[in-house]
Amino acid sequence: MTITTLPPTPLHHGHRVLMKGNEAMAEAAIRAGCDAYFGYPITPQAELLEWMARRMPEEGRPFIQAESELGAINMALGAAATGARVLVSSSSPGISLMAEAMSYMAGAEIPMVLVNVMRGGPGLGGIGPGQADYFQATKGHGHGDYRVPVLAPSSIGEAMALMADAFELAEKYRTPVFILADGTLGQAMEPVELTFREPPRLGADWAVTGAGGRPPRVVKSMHLAPEDLELHNRHLQAKFAEITAREVRWAGENLDGAELVIVAYGTAARVARTAISRAREDALQVGLFRPISLWPFPSAALAEVAARARGVLVVEMSAGQMVEDVRLAIEGRQPVAFEGRTGGMVPTPGEVLDALRRLRGATGADDAASAKETRA
Amino acid sequence: MTTETPKGARVIFERPELLADRSTHYCPGCGHGVVHRLIAEVLGDLGLGARTIAVAPVGCAVFAYDYIGVDFVEAPHGRAPAVATGIRRVRPDAFVLTYQGDGDLAAIGTAEIIHAAGRGELLTAVFVNNGIYGMTGGQMAPTTLLGQRSTSSPGGREAAFHGYPIPMTEMLAIMPGVAYAARGSVVDAAAIGRTKQYLRRACEIQLEGRGFAIVEVISNCPVGWGMTPTESIERLRDVVAKEYRPGVIVDRTREA
Repeated sequence: MTITTLPPTPLHHGHRVLMKGNEAMAEAAIRAGCDAYFGYPITPQAELLEWMARRMPEEGRPFIQAESELGAINMALGAAATGARVLVSSSSPGISLMAEAMSYMAGAEIPMVLVNVMRGGPGLGGIGPGQADYFQATKGHGHGDYRVPVLAPSSIGEAMALMADAFELAEKYRTPVFILADGTLGQAMEPVELTFREPPRLGADWAVTGAGGRPPRVVKSMHLAPEDLELHNRHLQAKFAEITAREVRWAGENLDGAELVIVAYGTAARVARTAISRAREDALQVGLFRPISLWPFPSAALAEVAARARGVLVVEMSAGQMVEDVRLAIEGRQPVAFEGRTGGMVPTPGEVLDALRRLRGATGADDAASAKETRA
Repeated sequence: MTTETPKGARVIFERPELLADRSTHYCPGCGHGVVHRLIAEVLGDLGLGARTIAVAPVGCAVFAYDYIGVDFVEAPHGRAPAVATGIRRVRPDAFVLTYQGDGDLAAIGTAEIIHAAGRGELLTAVFVNNGIYGMTGGQMAPTTLLGQRSTSSPGGREAAFHGYPIPMTEMLAIMPGVAYAARGSVVDAAAIGRTKQYLRRACEIQLEGRGFAIVEVISNCPVGWGMTPTESIERLRDVVAKEYRPGVIVDRTREA
């Protein structure tokens, strides 16, 4: 069988190129040592699949466009059960179809990285960018008592770096890992300094490889006796506690002396950044707290940051999902306001600025400090 | 448990090395144990135990990994062919085997089996068809025969109400990616012997890189059918085998 391949794509570490988010994530995965990719076309992540369709054969690695998202994620389950480094990508409706296998993989402790380039929902929804799958990604996704690490990049460069980190986390903790991107990040092109990193292979002493020279292994999530299943769940919960203790990630900007703090991730954080620079013209000091791990959520760090401010504004491209985790972290000690657009709409910096002004009014901050009103 | 061979006697029948020395959880009279044994024999005969990665289904046979001594992955319901595809593509040297029942393969996993066969994946698929959902208590399956009673077709399956049984193996056999499709049976010793030959051929075809191979085995479910084991074997012979006829359905390795 002859497979026709296109000429190799020269992309060198350290070079600065203009690249689409979906394609950059795909290339970063390849350079992170992704052994196999399985996918199914869906907007707005199709370029990731298309990039893999071209590049994986160049690298002599498996690529399959599956019959469905169910097919793709279960191919990933099988490949990853042999110890291979596997990537799957989709967008919101397709991610719902993958929930079943994610639960099985969490139960069977199979590492894998799954990218969700989120669009607006519910249902078929639309194809505009969204962040409405926060609950789905962070609160379980499939059935059963489990969590998976969720990493949320805010730029294409960060998405590339997080790809290697995601594989590393997945293999270190034997767990599926979500990369939660959105349609804007996936579709936008921006200059990016290519950063590739291939995490070291830990060796999978649990994987199915053929039982030659050792007792047979079984990769499974079934524990029929309730006593056994509870024990297995305790083991999983201990692992989740360890991840919570060790793998929290967030970034802060302008937090020193900030009167108000915006909490936002992904594309919403970039809108917030613009609003924050405009707020300075209002003499309003606003910091940005940007969760990068959405699970484990940076609750303790956020509580500490919020304690030094008068109020918190959560900005999301949803009707308000992460805001619940923010409120849980802050436990009513500071006012928490929410500003969001949903259905594929992105909040404008002006809308965020207006929300900041309302919050400042509500928190009784010194209005005299804002001498100058600027147009939103 | 090891049994000493008495002086002057010789062993003419023994447990296959790949078959666990333990009782199964299957109901008395169930055909799964026979099919497990055949698989253990064939894998042993072909020397494949050390490089086999098998995929267990959801249903009664999920516990296949407790009895057949090879590496196993447990698939979500119906997804064994997709799971096996993933294994196949990253492990070219592995021997990959799937084991599915009729609910798993012919209902919830229809898309996965058709597309694995359509891609001509180098897999050996074992499809045990007993025409009923055994594990969940005897509900109607896609392969349940017309007139057959089940807990979800209590008056018997009617075409106008429940639709027709789906002949999965014949459907799969029309696709060019399918190198081999055969239907065996556990009805008696002769049929079991032929089924073993089909299984062996389906394994060899994978080793030869010829394409997708499937062996359906029509089997009995005494409890799900509401019969004694003997009655269920009679029904398998007199009724089921008339609808799902044993034999080689396609063998493209013997065509030009």
